[in-house]
Amino acid sequence: MSKRILVIFAHPRFEASNVNKQLVEQFLGMPEVTVRDLYELYPDYQIDVQAEQKEILQHDIIIWHHPLYWYSAPPMLKLWIDEVLEFNWAYGPRGVFLKGKIVMNLITAGGSAKAYQATGSNHYSIREFLRPFEQTARLCHMSYLPPFAVLNSYRQTSKALQQYKDHLRSLLEAFQQKNFDPASYKDALFMNEQAELLNPLNK
Amino acid sequence: MTGSFLFQAVIYLTAAVVCVPVAKKLGLSSVLGYLFAGILIGPYLFGFIGEEGDDILHFAEFGVVMMLFLIGLEINPKAFWHMRKSILGMGGLQVGITMIVVFTISILIGLTWPVSLTIAMALALSSTAIVLQTLKEKGLMETVYGRSSFSVLLFQDIAVIPMLAILPLFGSQFIDGAARHQGSLLDQLPIGLQTLAVLLSVGLVALSGKYVIVPVLRLVATTGLRELFTASALLIVIAISFLMEQVGLSPALGAFLGGVILANSEYKHELESNLDPFKGLLLGLFFIAVGASINFKIIGDAPVFVGGLVLGTILIKTLVLLGVGKIFKLNTDQNLLFSIGLSQVGEFAFVLLSFSSQLNIIEQPQLDLLLVITALSMTISPIIGMINERLILPRIGTAEKVKKAADSIESKQKVILVGFGHFGSTIGRFLRANGVNTVILDHDSNRVDLLRRIGFEVYYGDATREDLLESAGAGEAQILISAIDDPDANMKLVKLAQKHFTNLKLVIRAKSRVDAYQLLNLGVENVYRESLDTSIKLASDVLGMMGHRKHTIAKQANKFIKYDEASMRRLSKTIMNSDDYISKVREEIAQQETLLRSDLMSKRMVDADQHWDADQVRDEQK
Repeated sequence: MSKRILVIFAHPRFEASNVNKQLVEQFLGMPEVTVRDLYELYPDYQIDVQAEQKEILQHDIIIWHHPLYWYSAPPMLKLWIDEVLEFNWAYGPRGVFLKGKIVMNLITAGGSAKAYQATGSNHYSIREFLRPFEQTARLCHMSYLPPFAVLNSYRQTSKALQQYKDHLRSLLEAFQQKNFDPASYKDALFMNEQAELLNPLNK
Repeated sequence: MTGSFLFQAVIYLTAAVVCVPVAKKLGLSSVLGYLFAGILIGPYLFGFIGEEGDDILHFAEFGVVMMLFLIGLEINPKAFWHMRKSILGMGGLQVGITMIVVFTISILIGLTWPVSLTIAMALALSSTAIVLQTLKEKGLMETVYGRSSFSVLLFQDIAVIPMLAILPLFGSQFIDGAARHQGSLLDQLPIGLQTLAVLLSVGLVALSGKYVIVPVLRLVATTGLRELFTASALLIVIAISFLMEQVGLSPALGAFLGGVILANSEYKHELESNLDPFKGLLLGLFFIAVGASINFKIIGDAPVFVGGLVLGTILIKTLVLLGVGKIFKLNTDQNLLFSIGLSQVGEFAFVLLSFSSQLNIIEQPQLDLLLVITALSMTISPIIGMINERLILPRIGTAEKVKKAADSIESKQKVILVGFGHFGSTIGRFLRANGVNTVILDHDSNRVDLLRRIGFEVYYGDATREDLLESAGAGEAQILISAIDDPDANMKLVKLAQKHFTNLKLVIRAKSRVDAYQLLNLGVENVYRESLDTSIKLASDVLGMMGHRKHTIAKQANKFIKYDEASMRRLSKTIMNSDDYISKVREEIAQQETLLRSDLMSKRMVDADQHWDADQVRDEQK
């Protein structure tokens, strides 16, 4: 049986985002993939913790899918982490329910890879900005993957976007295989590092 | 026996009741069904009806008038003004070119020029009745094809007036008297005064729409007598037609104008639903009469000749229309639908031809032949249209575009809001603030009047009637909101909608818990108790005044509503007023309070939110 993927999607202005719409469409067409559109499910920020935990239990891989807002996630995703990852459920002496699961951030950001480095205008890499997520994953006994990032999101051509989508899809299919080893990606800057380096927008 | 009125009625109705469902079963339009019914009972087949078919034809032409009134109701003056280019351009070109072509051919085969001109005028016209009925039936009025057809037909209806006016000029002088008593009151007046009279009467209709008809309808509506409203509706159409006929305009055109003028009034849907059955019956009768009037003796005498003429006429008309469609940039499939759709000779040809026969412009054999061509073309063109749709268009492969074209034009609104009192108007305002316009219905004519003056587009009508819902667009809408105050009316509306409009998602106001139970038991998913949210908002504010943190209260309020909705759904299955019900309600309330309190306590006492940062947890991690 292939592994099941849970996409926790948080975008407060989804209707205005073409890139994220296309990425979500990619998920919707895949077997064994569930999308939780948090801003649609909880318009008044009242997260149903039990329902969320139940979903997590039924999946092996979690993807936090969100745009990068102020170097972090939109507030709904933070709230989701605050409320769903409960003491003695996600962590703590009896918090074993996330053990062995894999988690990854899938982000879109307006800046380029050049901006997200020590010498760039944002001073830190995306990977560094996402440390809170990485540590959260560790506290909950999950394996954390480097992020899959669509940078320069306002300047993507539809052809380039298609390449991202294809890449993402093949990656998701790789996740679903039994022999997938998250450790092999441990030191990468991005899951899609190779592709990003080749992207002319980053030169 | 055959002369008896009841016998005739039985024959006509039986023919219709048998033939139309058969046509529908075969996927044909009802027009064809009626036409064949007419042929069957006509003098040449079973002979149930004889020459009186002609009188019936004249009577039934009133169906066309009514149809144009109803179409006018759908087109408000603004939309009408937008269409002026296509009406004049497409219509003018079609009538002009067709007349030139037919006229030239007629001259070439040796007819005199008055005869040629008469034939040219008659053949240039298409059948408003057939085309619009078909368009309505298939729901294609809003497509490019529908709009173009409508523009051309409207121009033709206007063109009939000068056509009828110039015919007497070619007639030989001694039939002058015959022509005159056929004509209008104004014939003796000089041409300038005639024009003035026509303009005045159109103005009169426009003004009376606002200052006479609407106030009268308001008055009638307050009596609450439905048949009185139907009578008023009929009176409007008949009076307008009569006035127009007196000044020499076509009654159909007058009725159309009347419709356009009333299109913005609050009684639009009510008028529609009242007149629709009359229109349907009269039009059906009209088509039957056309079918019955086909003279098979003439066809039998020279089948090839008549057939050739009919097909030739259809071909010429189709080609001209194709050209016009091309100039106005219709794409291929729309253009084919358009030109084949309008390729028949229309009902006004009957009028023009009989008139010119009275004027001795054309002779009896010519008249008979032309009448046969007209009736036959009306029968054949829907068949060609069907062949086009089923066999030709699928092969061209652009049929998909038809749907796209429909999207680009203003289409029927998707949400119907019933009841526009305090509750409904708030709903309407919020929807409108978010760019969603609804069709609003209310049954209080005073309120409708007031709200329209404030600027809301509200229609008068009793929404618990199926025909009114239908004409408000319930067949095509997606959502029906009921904000009706009266629980019984609400229930009636729900049952009606569930029975006839299964396409509708029902969103219903419930006055109380009891009403909510009933609605839930009827299978309505979206039930809104009118007092629930407001009372909890009030209680939340009281808690706030007492010093509770507002965010915590908001969360509690949210949970309270959630639990309460769930418990209501459970309780709806228990019969009210039984002891069982009381004890169950007690149970639910107790449980609800326990749940809410325990949520509150767990947050306060345990303060689990801080554990992730506790050293103890970190140590364990190592």
